[in-house]
Amino acid sequence: MTIERADIEKLAELARIELNEATIAETTQSIADVLALVDQLQAADTEGVEPMAHPTDAVQRLRADEVTETNHREEFQAIAPATEAGLYLVPKVID
Amino acid sequence: MNNSITNQKALHDKTIAEILAGLNAGEFTSVEITQHFLDRIKQLDGTYNSYITVNEASALAQAEAADKRRAEGDVPALCGVPIAHKDIFCTNGVRTSCGSKMLDNFVPPYDATVVENFANAGAVVLGKTNMDQFAMGSSNETSFYGPVKNPWDTNTVPGGSSGGSAAAVAAHLTPGATATDTGGSIRQPAALCGITGLKPTYGRVSRWGMIAFASSLDQGGPMARTAEDCALMLNVMASFDPKDSTSIDREVPNYTANLNQPLAGLKVGIPREYFKEGLNPGTEQAVRDALTELEKQGATLISISLPHTKLAVPAYYVIAPAEASANLSRFDGVRYGHRCDDPKDLRDMYMRTRAEGFGDEVKRRILVGAYCLSAGYYDAYYRKAQQVRRLIKQDFVDAFEQVDVIMGPTSPSPAFEFGAKGDDPVAMYLEDIYTIATNLAGLPGMSVPCGLVDDKPVGLQIIGNYFDESRMLNVAHQFQQATHWHQQTPVGIASEAKDTEGAE
Repeated sequence: MTIERADIEKLAELARIELNEATIAETTQSIADVLALVDQLQAADTEGVEPMAHPTDAVQRLRADEVTETNHREEFQAIAPATEAGLYLVPKVID
Repeated sequence: MNNSITNQKALHDKTIAEILAGLNAGEFTSVEITQHFLDRIKQLDGTYNSYITVNEASALAQAEAADKRRAEGDVPALCGVPIAHKDIFCTNGVRTSCGSKMLDNFVPPYDATVVENFANAGAVVLGKTNMDQFAMGSSNETSFYGPVKNPWDTNTVPGGSSGGSAAAVAAHLTPGATATDTGGSIRQPAALCGITGLKPTYGRVSRWGMIAFASSLDQGGPMARTAEDCALMLNVMASFDPKDSTSIDREVPNYTANLNQPLAGLKVGIPREYFKEGLNPGTEQAVRDALTELEKQGATLISISLPHTKLAVPAYYVIAPAEASANLSRFDGVRYGHRCDDPKDLRDMYMRTRAEGFGDEVKRRILVGAYCLSAGYYDAYYRKAQQVRRLIKQDFVDAFEQVDVIMGPTSPSPAFEFGAKGDDPVAMYLEDIYTIATNLAGLPGMSVPCGLVDDKPVGLQIIGNYFDESRMLNVAHQFQQATHWHQQTPVGIASEAKDTEGAE
């Protein structure tokens, strides 16, 4: 499996991380090295093995559909980069 | 010189058990010992960089409250004992950075369950310890706040990601600290700093308010100088938490209850795969000597095989980055944490906020995770890794049919110098070759000091069956009753009492 600059650019777009032009080659190489490491998995015989999502195969607990949390909007918004009238502010999305 | 004074252990050299005894006997107050540690941190931590934040005012207020409670006869388990929290646990009103620029300005409006548990037990929080950024690293070199120095040799790394907690305990800048372990982040730094650390069974300690890296692997646990102290801390730290959907609803035993059980009849599995190439000969010798000591105490050593060991690191580097890429998508500059200056639109804000807020290793893992989860590759990587994970777990399940605990080295070699693994992520990843499999299986693991190689500590790893922390602590405690490795301290750290003993 080879990975190229264009693949890294696509991943960076998916992950919403701006790449540093100066280090793209280095990033590509190091990710190729990590993928070479994980490619060792391909040799494992996993025919019929159920994928393991949880160490003790536990499932999500359900709780009663009752209001248990109080409103913390003020505290949460106090640490936000930008808010106004109880709303989180972001750059304009629609013109 | 007056022997009655010099033979007394300095406050910072006391274990948690000794501090509790001293507080109970009225030898000193919580305010006194807290002030002592705060002074010591101020004096020495410029060298080690083990703390990101020190809570002088709130620590003294908590100590005062603890002294008052004690005077009134209300004495919870760790009343007045100073500890430190890894900076991954959210602390109400105290900056929680996770070692990153992204959260450099993040002051949570709530406490993690673990933090709450220690507060309810009357513990005093000295501060928040340094760590690899978002717990991604094995050397503490990825911290936004600069690397932590190993107190045994300040040219070497303390291990990671809980390197700040480990170094603070080793330098006697706190008697105990909380930590987290996703692939070895408690055990490897414990080994490299010559202290005792325990990663409990997955689900034993609440993850609520503990900043998520890889949710199916992350687990909090204690670090201290002795197994007994780890037991005292785990008594408080472990709990069933309805706020953590993966928390296990199971009674928390008293972890100190079995410490004194003799080891006669204990069956110890020795995985052949943990003693192969790549293991430092000095480390191997120290571990083998430790096993001989346990044999002397009546344990039986049984050679076992964990045939899928080789696949643990590759499976981990699919699963952990995949989960990290999902978990870290929440850092978008909207609700808290870093936001880039003057974003021109929403996309630009996401792209630059994340480029600026995350370090190289975090970005690398997010990108690897995005790759493994992307369309067309999911089956080949993520599904395959989850299948291998079950094979790895089955290896352990089979082994525990015939043994009580499994032992081997914690890490392949003692502490290495800064920059030694350079820019080679794969070399760094292999640091956790003996610890990662237990996270994949969800099993508890421990590291206990068992020797020195070139004056650097070596860790013995003890892997237990699910929820068998009590037995592991018993084994570790019995080992520490018969050996002195856990009492070794870096040059200049131990109190001078020992050196001057008997003089004049």
